[in-house]
Amino acid sequence: MIKFFLMVNKQGQTRLSRYYEHVEIPKRTMLEAEVIKNCLSRSKEQCSFIEYKDFKLVYRQYAALFIVVGINETENEMAVYELIHNFVEVLDRYFSRVSELDVSFSVLPRIHLSFFVFLFLTACSIVWQTFKIMFNLDRVHIILDEMVLNGCIVETNKNRILAPLLVLDKMAES
Amino acid sequence: MALTVVSQIFPREMIPAVLPLIEDKLQHSKEIIRRKAVQALYKFYLIAPNQVQHIHDKFRKALCDRDVGVMAASLHIYLQMVKENASGYKDLTESFVTILKQVVGGKLPIDFNYHSVPAPWLQIQLLRILGLLGKDDPRTSELMYEVLDESLRRAEINHNITYAILFECVQTIYTICPKSDLLEKAAKCIGKFVLSPKINLKYLGLKALTYVVQQDPNLALQHQMTIIECLDHPDPIIKRETLELLYRITNGQNITIIVQKMLDYVRQSKEEYTIINLTGKIAELAEKYAPDNEWFIQTMNAVFLVGGDVMHPDIPNNFLRLLAEGFDDEKEDGQLRLYAVQSYLSLLEGEDTFYPQKFIQVMSWVLGEYFYLINDGDPEIIITKLYRLLKQTFVTSETKAWIMSAITKMASRIPCSKTVDKLIQEFSTSLDTCMRQYAFELKHLCENKELMKNLLPLDASCETVVDASLSFLDGYVAEGLSCGAAPYKPHHQRQEEKLSQEKALNFEPYGLSFTSSMSSSGFTGRQSPAGLSLGSDMSGNSAEIGQKDCLKLDGVRKLWGKEGYLPKKENKTGKEDKTQPAPEDSILVGHVDDPPLIQPEQQVVSLSEEEKEKQQLASTLFVGLGTSSTVSLMGKADTMTQKFKRKSKINETHTREEASSIQNFATLPFSPFPDITPNDKENFQGNEHLELRKVSLNSSEVLEASVSLDRSQSLTEAGLDEKLSDYRLSTSSLFADSNIEVLQPSQSAPKTVANKVSLSLCLPEELADHPHSEIVELCSSDVLTVYSCKVWTDDCSLLVLFVANKSPSPLKTVNLVFESTEHFKIFENLSCHFPVIEAQSIESCRKSVQLEKICTTGILSGFVSYHLDMDTHLEFSLIFSLSDFIRPMEITTEDFGKLWLSFSNDVKQNFKMSPQESLLIALNTLKQKLKLHIVEIIGNEGLAACRLLPSVPCLLHCRTHARTLSLWLRSSCSALPDSLLYQCQKVMEES
Repeated sequence: MIKFFLMVNKQGQTRLSRYYEHVEIPKRTMLEAEVIKNCLSRSKEQCSFIEYKDFKLVYRQYAALFIVVGINETENEMAVYELIHNFVEVLDRYFSRVSELDVSFSVLPRIHLSFFVFLFLTACSIVWQTFKIMFNLDRVHIILDEMVLNGCIVETNKNRILAPLLVLDKMAES
Repeated sequence: MALTVVSQIFPREMIPAVLPLIEDKLQHSKEIIRRKAVQALYKFYLIAPNQVQHIHDKFRKALCDRDVGVMAASLHIYLQMVKENASGYKDLTESFVTILKQVVGGKLPIDFNYHSVPAPWLQIQLLRILGLLGKDDPRTSELMYEVLDESLRRAEINHNITYAILFECVQTIYTICPKSDLLEKAAKCIGKFVLSPKINLKYLGLKALTYVVQQDPNLALQHQMTIIECLDHPDPIIKRETLELLYRITNGQNITIIVQKMLDYVRQSKEEYTIINLTGKIAELAEKYAPDNEWFIQTMNAVFLVGGDVMHPDIPNNFLRLLAEGFDDEKEDGQLRLYAVQSYLSLLEGEDTFYPQKFIQVMSWVLGEYFYLINDGDPEIIITKLYRLLKQTFVTSETKAWIMSAITKMASRIPCSKTVDKLIQEFSTSLDTCMRQYAFELKHLCENKELMKNLLPLDASCETVVDASLSFLDGYVAEGLSCGAAPYKPHHQRQEEKLSQEKALNFEPYGLSFTSSMSSSGFTGRQSPAGLSLGSDMSGNSAEIGQKDCLKLDGVRKLWGKEGYLPKKENKTGKEDKTQPAPEDSILVGHVDDPPLIQPEQQVVSLSEEEKEKQQLASTLFVGLGTSSTVSLMGKADTMTQKFKRKSKINETHTREEASSIQNFATLPFSPFPDITPNDKENFQGNEHLELRKVSLNSSEVLEASVSLDRSQSLTEAGLDEKLSDYRLSTSSLFADSNIEVLQPSQSAPKTVANKVSLSLCLPEELADHPHSEIVELCSSDVLTVYSCKVWTDDCSLLVLFVANKSPSPLKTVNLVFESTEHFKIFENLSCHFPVIEAQSIESCRKSVQLEKICTTGILSGFVSYHLDMDTHLEFSLIFSLSDFIRPMEITTEDFGKLWLSFSNDVKQNFKMSPQESLLIALNTLKQKLKLHIVEIIGNEGLAACRLLPSVPCLLHCRTHARTLSLWLRSSCSALPDSLLYQCQKVMEES
């Protein structure tokens, strides 16, 4: 079972957090701080699973962005590790599409980011990507909710994850 | 969108309103709507499983939905349900297998692929369900072999996600009933993982290995070298996982090195949680497999040092208990203790070393208890060392209390000590009231060496055969007494007050605080911090303690009431008793010595006082010692019960006589020798001992305790005392007589196996009066059968288990263990142990079951293991429903009204009634089936009340209106109305 889902940048600021178990607000901040401290202290050669208190952290780093998922004993670490990747792929697909449609960002260079390009992005474009994600946090939340519900992985099919969101976008346009 | 919201945040109370809507949506033409509906239902299932119980067949439909997404969503519900009750869904195994086969075979639409692996998460989910279903079930497992093999084969592409699937496969293969070639493949897979250069895979491999070695330790051997490499891995997480693996494969030979590695890791680790976790494991291993004493002590010292004050309090407690109780070998014990003392002495040599508080506490306890084992050392030196510790600033007051009690103990053994005097002087003026208290106590005890020796009868006890349990008792008593636990203070303060000849003294509060403290320490073992530590020492066997203690008190009290005044009979019975040779009882004599020793002593002090006060004091003190001596006896409960069994009949006839004779002994020093000098008293004591020794049947000391308890009850007559005994009675009535009465059937158990069951399986009398279920067979093998019976008493639900030995030879070490579940709580502990069950006989044990988390039905499972040629394991499970824990609550309409308004959690539902049914009939059905209490019926409205054990009230309001019966339940507990409503519904449907 997934306990929480965090997106944290290298400076330790939380970009997105979603808890699937009730945690008090002050405790959340503390937990997030500790979690990111734990993740930052690890090198690339070390394994992506950390035992933290009575649960485990699975993290993946995408340039400056860490995605950390807290899980309990029963969950399969590797599956969650790949879920993160799947999530990022979905984000990539959605936002790369958006970047071509979205007029408000038209001043900025339009780049179609395939995911593999994304991994090797220059610092500048990473900022741009994160920037975009930050400004569309609601969308990110919707995507996440489609994928993970009540701590369970409910959907991993990219088309299906994006379907409701695209409907929403269409409605907003018309 | 609304459905998404529903499945995320949704209050339980609104479910009935929305449920039909969602049910409709299950038939919606768009797959996404159907999927969301299923997800919402899953959420409902999570928060209130009872309310969606009627649509289980719809879940099945969802599982067979033509769309993959809907099917996948329903899997979550099934995973949850299978987790709770695997046996109920065995028939679905085939469907799951088929689905998995399709998924693995790539029958899904292409967009479900993730990196060209078809729906990996779905596969994982399915594998998990299969694992749960196939657990311990060869037939179901049979169905899966093929598909598991298939998925192992398919998942050979090198990608992370396939590893995740493989891992899940391996886990499933090892969970279900094993099949050799699958196991082989799985083992190969693990090997690949462990040897992989990829760190994440290595981790996964280790985790799998940890899981697997529980079934097959040989696998670890194959990967020895890799494991060793992992131990020195730069990544602490890998190390940690490896240690976890090692922890599982520890045995007597490799313990030293493994513990060494673990300690190294703990020393480097800074995270509190890891330290707590690992120190616990080290201590557990050390206790289990320690190769020799020296090593054990050293390891434990290391644990205390690193673990510091964050470690689990059980560790020092267990350690001390081990020291005190010892093993079977007396010499070993001595050595162990001696070594402990020596090592602590050398540790204390250092001037300014800093030790964790808990370590100091352990040290001071050990030194106080066993300092005399060092022959050449001067206790004075030890005291000086402890004294120096006392003056350290970093020592907390709790630790100081431990040190003081150690010094007190030692002071009682040595003639005179300057350091002690100095210490007394210094701390008598201390600002810390606790310390001052201890100092005063010590001072008074020093002035009266005689009393002190008797109060802390260490030397004598440690030379007897029962050393272990007695010194343990001493520890408990002394610790409890001198560390400020309740029994000591009243006694002591009374003494002081006596000395100052204050006559108008109100003893009530003391008696009060005392008795309550005794009861609480008896049952919960949590009193003062110091009392706590030792109290929890006994938590392991507190269950037995609790019940046996009460049992005997209870059984005997009645006899005493009837026969209490038969002094003339005494001589005769005394002689009779003397002829009772009881070799095994000689062990127990040691215990008997305790109460009489102190009682006369007490009287010496209190003779100048008014008679009533004297008796009260004596009796209250006595209760403490009496009960604690029984407590210590219970450490040997096994032998006790056995003896009881053999002689239960004889005992019963003799207990009365004993009761009277012992009562006489007890009263002797009271009146006839008011002016006796301590010396004479001593002689008198001697005689008394002799006689007691002869008299002492195994129950005598229990009698002693009960006699005193009785007296205390009659003398103090405080309302609270009354309450206490009520409490005891109530608890004892739960357990009482389990030995005596249940044993009778076993004594008269017929030799033939055939009719034995029907003849001997009867409930003890006092239980038979309560409503109870049929006696049903739980499980059986060639030699042993377990029967169970639920008894619904007023204040708890009892589960009586009978273990019948059908074989012609006695069964040894039969263990009955319940698995802990989140729903139920079993008192006092989860297991029940019979050292031996004679051939063709039946043993019984009873457990009180309480509902911990509300559910409509729950399964309590467990197993019986016994040893006959080889260890055998029998599993069983029992179903409890909510109605097992419901009792009527008798209240008035007025109270009902008040309560009704104060409760906030309510549930309402309407039922259709058949025309001939009326409110009265409906209510009566509810009353009979659910044990409700009907408060009042007003016109077409009815009120009923019940309580969930122990005392959660639930109120029911029902009303008939045009052939509908609307039930309205309210309770202070949020989950209760829901579940109860479901029960009502079921009952109504049945009728």
